[in-house]
Amino acid sequence: MSSAAVSVSHGALDDVHGGGVDHHHHDDGSKTLLGFWIYLMSDCLIFSGLFATFAVLCNSTAGGPTGKELFELPYVLGETMLLLISSVTFGMAMLNMHAGHKGKLLAWLAATFVFGAGFIGMEVYEFAKLVHEGAGPSTSAFLSSYFTLVGTHGLHVTCGLIWLVVMMDQMRRFGLNDDTRRRLSCLSLFWHFLDIVWICVFTFVYLRGAI
Amino acid sequence: MSGAHDSHDAAHHDAAHADHGSTKSYLIGFALSVVLTLASFGVVMSGLVPHDLMMPGIIVFGVAQLVVQLVCFLHMGTSPSQRSNLAIMLFTLLILAIVVVGSLWVLHNMNVNMMHPTSHMMPVE
Repeated sequence: MSSAAVSVSHGALDDVHGGGVDHHHHDDGSKTLLGFWIYLMSDCLIFSGLFATFAVLCNSTAGGPTGKELFELPYVLGETMLLLISSVTFGMAMLNMHAGHKGKLLAWLAATFVFGAGFIGMEVYEFAKLVHEGAGPSTSAFLSSYFTLVGTHGLHVTCGLIWLVVMMDQMRRFGLNDDTRRRLSCLSLFWHFLDIVWICVFTFVYLRGAI
Repeated sequence: MSGAHDSHDAAHHDAAHADHGSTKSYLIGFALSVVLTLASFGVVMSGLVPHDLMMPGIIVFGVAQLVVQLVCFLHMGTSPSQRSNLAIMLFTLLILAIVVVGSLWVLHNMNVNMMHPTSHMMPVE
C-alpha cells in the first residue's frame, strides 16, 4: 500500500520535471499508458476465463476428434514464429519512433503488418480446414472452447492489424507528435501482450493437446 | 523552439532509456524466445523426452518465455516507473490463478463425485 503511494507520488514528480514544464502541462502519456496497461490486464482476465473453460472442456470430445488427431504442430510452430517476428519488428519500430526516424518507423510498422497478417492468414486457413474436416465448433465441447479461445486471440490480433493501419495513416497525416507517439506506445503494449497470450495458447492448447 | 524541443526529447530519451529498451535487448529477447519456442515444440515433437516429463517441460519453457518477453519486450522491471505496472500485473496473475485453478478444482471434484447414470441404475435392476 505505502509503496504504491510512493510510486504514484514519484510519477507525479516525473511529470513536473519531465514533460509538464516544456509541454505546457501536456500529459507525457505515462498516465494513458498506465490506464492502457490496466485495460490489458482486464483483457487478461477475459483470456483467463477462456483458458479455464478450455482446461475444463478439453477432454470432452463427445466421440469426436481429439486435439492429438487434429493439431499439426509444425504448422503451429510456423504461426508462432510469424507472431514472434512481428513482435520484434514492432520493437524495432518503437526504437525508431523514440529516435525520431519516421521513414524507418513506417517501414518497420509495415513489416509488422505483413507478419501479423501472415499469422492471421495461417489461422484462418487452419480454422477453415478444421471446419472442412467436420471438426467445427459445434462438433464437441472441446472444439467449441478451442475455437472460442483461439478465435478470441485471433480477433485481438485482427484488431491490432486494423489499429496498425490506422496508425500508419496517422503517421502520414500528422507526422510524429506527442499524440501519435502515445498511441503507438499503447499499440506496442497491445501487440507484445498478444504475443504473450499466444505463448500460453501454444503451450496449453496445442502442445498439451498433442501429448 | 524546435531546438529546445529536441534537447528535451534527448534528455527525456536518456532518462527513460531503460523503459524503451534497445536494439540489443530486443535481439536478446528474440533469440531467447526462438530458442525457448523450439525447446517447447522439441519436447513434444522430437520423441526424445519421456512422456511423464513432457508436461513439466513445456510448462517450464513456456513460463521462461513469458518472463523473457515481459522483461525484454514489455520492459517490465522493478524500476520506480515500472513498479505500478508490475503491481497491477501481479494482482492480475493472482486473480488469473484463482479463476483457472479454482475452475479446474471445482469441476474435477464435481466430475469425481457425480453419480454416473450406469452405476446409479445398476442397484435398481
